[in-house]
Amino acid sequence: MADVKKIATRDSYGNALVEVGKEHEDLIVLDADLAGATKTGTFQKAFPERHWDIGIAEANMTGIAAGLSTCGKVPFISTFAMFAAGRAYEQVRNAVGYPHLNVKIGATHAGISVGEDGATHQCLEDLALMREIPGMVVINPSDDIEAKAAVKAAYEHVGPVYMRFGRLAVPVINDTPDYKFEIGKGIVLKEGTDVSIFATGLEVCEAMEAAKMLEADGIHAEVINIHTIKPLDNELVLKSAAKTGKVVTVEEHSILGGLGSAVCEVLCENQPTKVLRIGVNDVFGESGPAAELLHKYELDAEGIYKKVKAFVK
Amino acid sequence: MTNTELKQTANEVRKSIVKAVHSAKSGHPGGSLSAADIFTYLFFEEMNVDPKNPKMEDRDRFVLSKGHVAPGYYSVLAERGFFPKEDLLTLRHTGSYLQGHPDMKHIPGVDMSSGSLGQGLSCAVGMAAAGKYDKKDYRVYCLTGDGEIQEGQIWEAAMWAGFKKLDNLVVIVDNNNLQIDGAIDEVCSPYPIADKFAAFNFHTIEIDGNDFDQIRNAFEEAKQTKGMPTAIIAKTVKGKGVSFMENQAGWHGKAPNDEEFAIAMADLEKAGEQ
Repeated sequence: MADVKKIATRDSYGNALVEVGKEHEDLIVLDADLAGATKTGTFQKAFPERHWDIGIAEANMTGIAAGLSTCGKVPFISTFAMFAAGRAYEQVRNAVGYPHLNVKIGATHAGISVGEDGATHQCLEDLALMREIPGMVVINPSDDIEAKAAVKAAYEHVGPVYMRFGRLAVPVINDTPDYKFEIGKGIVLKEGTDVSIFATGLEVCEAMEAAKMLEADGIHAEVINIHTIKPLDNELVLKSAAKTGKVVTVEEHSILGGLGSAVCEVLCENQPTKVLRIGVNDVFGESGPAAELLHKYELDAEGIYKKVKAFVK
Repeated sequence: MTNTELKQTANEVRKSIVKAVHSAKSGHPGGSLSAADIFTYLFFEEMNVDPKNPKMEDRDRFVLSKGHVAPGYYSVLAERGFFPKEDLLTLRHTGSYLQGHPDMKHIPGVDMSSGSLGQGLSCAVGMAAAGKYDKKDYRVYCLTGDGEIQEGQIWEAAMWAGFKKLDNLVVIVDNNNLQIDGAIDEVCSPYPIADKFAAFNFHTIEIDGNDFDQIRNAFEEAKQTKGMPTAIIAKTVKGKGVSFMENQAGWHGKAPNDEEFAIAMADLEKAGEQ
């Protein structure tokens, strides 16, 4: 795996905006003094008149996007997940969600893999916050290819969409000829019979690596990429859980309110199944290199492998 | 419209406000009544809107940032013909489209949902920026409360609007001097309001917001102002037109009972005869 191509999904976001922006003149990118970090600087270079820097004012940026969308524009607001879903939560809920406006939120620097900036910038709650808003689509892509597909799909979808991107360069795993992105449809990456692992974002790659290690121990794990947290692919969750009888969820997010919770909600109402939620266990993050933090919080392949192995015993 | 006609229309709007809030048994009459003259001028004289085509592409836009005075907004929309006046009696009732705070999805003439204070001006700024970008000549009006401008987001929005020279934007501050907990200069004074907007690169105009000559002149002056947005600081009387509600913070968010309703309607009937 040494020569595997790695790209941060925030880069994918910037590049996809340029591609979609070329075709659609109504796409306007808003940023809050972070164009270099959210990678919308790429769009700014290509379409300077359609890149608006609002300054360090995320609440205002969200409201401006809402107003723009009522005038037929398709605004993509861009900032760190902490500020998009956290700082501007109420603006997203009341000015975008309640009137169901066609505003897209590109939230970068999500999760503990933000790294050295530490807990204040490591948003571990955004999936929970955004999932609660009626009508909001929540997408957490796993790699470059999926992130670019998500941006395109978000543009085409009419209504609010929250997209979660990462700072850390992650392996490209979806470069297969039959790859197809559809909002709300999970993807079975590996079939198995002993346990279903539902992973999202950069954890999809880690879960696949863990599954290989499990396979060597004779444990046949089914690995499913859940790129859309909402609407969740209930059918696929129930189908796979019925097949294996054991479910694991993996996310770079608090174990409260995100993918783990969403999967549990579907299972307990339809076919109660034992679930292990792997994520950040209701604590704040800390500073450190991303890879070290993922290891420390047992969110890398090794951590997942150990936990799943103990779970299926 | 002549000033006399505007006054009569505003009085009808005030009657509708009192009837709607009485029927709802809750709601915000004080700030609705203080802003009734501004509402009336905007929707009958100033703004390019069409009740038969509320989504007309190049219409002027209005954002009620102080969304709790929905009774004032709905009453003027009904008076202008956007929906039947009798529907005002369903305000805040279960199943009614006339929600407690403005809902753009279901109410003809409402350009933006609002109600959480401090947010509307940003939305109006977005609309004004879209108009500039598209080289359209529609104008955007945003009504805020004087207590509301304690919210920081108002100043985030003002900073960007002034910086971007959005001269198609007019902010009207309904300066009735009262908020829920008392006088605004006793709770957390925003004064001097005009100086603050001027510091954010707005043209500012201070008027008596219950005087149609001054309202007319202010909006005319705003139209002539190029290269910067305008803030009209409109000094008003909270509860204007209803004797026992005038200048009483207690009538910010309370409905009149049946006896109070009768007195309020008698006050307004009398005003209408003058």
